[in-house]
Amino acid sequence: MNAPTSPSLNWEAGDTSRIPFAVYTDATLHAKEMQRFFYENHWCYVGLEAEVPNPGDFKRTKIGERSVVLVRDHDQTLHVVENVCAHRGMQFCRERHGHIKEFVCPYHQWSYTLKGDLQGVPMRRGVRQDGKVNGGMPADFALADHSLNKLRVACRGGVVFATFDHDMPSLEDYMGPTILGYFDRVFNGRQLTLLGYNRQRIPGNWKLMQENIKDPYHPGLLHTWFVTFGLWRADNKAELRMDAHGRHAAMISTRGNAGKAGEVAQVSSFKQSMTLHDASFLDIVPEPWWGGPTAVMTTLFPSLVIQQQVNSVSTRHIQPDGHDAFDFIWTHFGFADDTPEMTERRLRQSNLFGPAGFVSADDGEVIEFSQQGFEQKPRHRALVEMGGRDTAETDHMVSEACIRAMYAYWRQVMERP
Amino acid sequence: MTAELNVQDYIAVQQLYADYGLTLDRGDFDHWPNFFTDDCRYLVQPRDNHDRGLPLATIMLTSKGMLLDRVYGIKETLFHDPYYQRHVIGAPVIREREADTWRCEASYAVFRTKRDQLSTVFNVGRSLDTLQRTADGWRFASRLCVYDSEMVPNSIIYPV
Repeated sequence: MNAPTSPSLNWEAGDTSRIPFAVYTDATLHAKEMQRFFYENHWCYVGLEAEVPNPGDFKRTKIGERSVVLVRDHDQTLHVVENVCAHRGMQFCRERHGHIKEFVCPYHQWSYTLKGDLQGVPMRRGVRQDGKVNGGMPADFALADHSLNKLRVACRGGVVFATFDHDMPSLEDYMGPTILGYFDRVFNGRQLTLLGYNRQRIPGNWKLMQENIKDPYHPGLLHTWFVTFGLWRADNKAELRMDAHGRHAAMISTRGNAGKAGEVAQVSSFKQSMTLHDASFLDIVPEPWWGGPTAVMTTLFPSLVIQQQVNSVSTRHIQPDGHDAFDFIWTHFGFADDTPEMTERRLRQSNLFGPAGFVSADDGEVIEFSQQGFEQKPRHRALVEMGGRDTAETDHMVSEACIRAMYAYWRQVMERP
Repeated sequence: MTAELNVQDYIAVQQLYADYGLTLDRGDFDHWPNFFTDDCRYLVQPRDNHDRGLPLATIMLTSKGMLLDRVYGIKETLFHDPYYQRHVIGAPVIREREADTWRCEASYAVFRTKRDQLSTVFNVGRSLDTLQRTADGWRFASRLCVYDSEMVPNSIIYPV
């Protein structure tokens, strides 16, 4: 029997300024995306070193739809293994985090080192009974042949990435120099401190979250909170930067003060006179490492968003679950040299973000309802023409170029035989 | 524990919890900050963070002014699918009691019902509360909702 074939997609405009809804609704395309974007030739985020500070610490997480475990070995090295026992395939790691000496699958007690090497198989040499040996593994059974699936690991600035693909370029080459610069701006070698997690299940295609953070057209319009309280304006000094493939992007902006926000957005309903009862949501203290911009939102394709919005910093991890849903895991952090006041400030500003955030809860909502629109009209297409039909970087925010560029890359990878 | 428990106080505190839930479920968000003292704290935090001593909360409001700002956000700026919510709050257990300050703990479940959809379990957990006797009656000086439902079904808009 032939494998199910993907639908032929109608890129109506020839370029990626019209996106067929089928890229969000088709299950066979989704399976192909998981393989081509998550399981080969891409580095995927797994966590922060600060989540596994001590030997034996582990964190269970996901790459695409596959369960993996990040662990720090006794010699301090970091390892990522697939959470599937080499024996009968059970997902042996059940806790989300913890501390262990070795991996043990509870089913038949197969045990593995923290590097993922099989070290013990009960009854391997059989069981002696009445003078004879019953059972046991065949004579040619070798522990070395049955380690856990070990991923390749790369760390930079306290952030850990892994890939199932052992033959791909380095993490740095994968990011490219432009995006690497924005990555290093946040993760410049300082010790990170873990502030905590938020988790949300968003019933929409995983790419919609990448698109959301590559779309500077919406924040000043959907996130009226931003505009009302002066944190976002369409005429802020801004840039859109990308890697050479157009798959990663950075939206860089600097708060400005000129003009009234409503005039800029051409939306009359904003309440200019509104002020906060308690200004501590926006008790912003510039930090030297910002180097100018007040916000940089970086998307690393396929699964990571790096957020720096004034004093709030987080990683946001996209974990697809079928073509029509994904889990979105937020890890907020600070830096070891933060004062208690700065930690409190980061925590208060986190009210803007996450599943209840003033400028994030509504992103989850619009993604859900976009998916609903796609599902009811799967042969239709989206229109992505703000700022033109090209995929070039810009020095302003009135553009959907990063979305077009991501789909140009998507087509290269997905349309390859 | 100090002096003997005054039954009227216990009834008043129970009424506070019941009224709190019904007020939110009515959608009367303007009235919600009135359940709190001026220098209150209101946190909604995943159980995982709470159990691990990680300070991040999904909602972290540290004054009545911030509660008023949250109400403004709900009513004026936060685009969301409209929904009803329904609280079921267990009887509060008094963990510590001084004359005018009680520390209580109560289980809660919040169900969500969106238009044209079935009711679902939205957010379940427990609240760890500090109650203060004021001239206007008992108020929350602090309310920390620690939720088991760590995988939030998309978003949390209204208070729990």
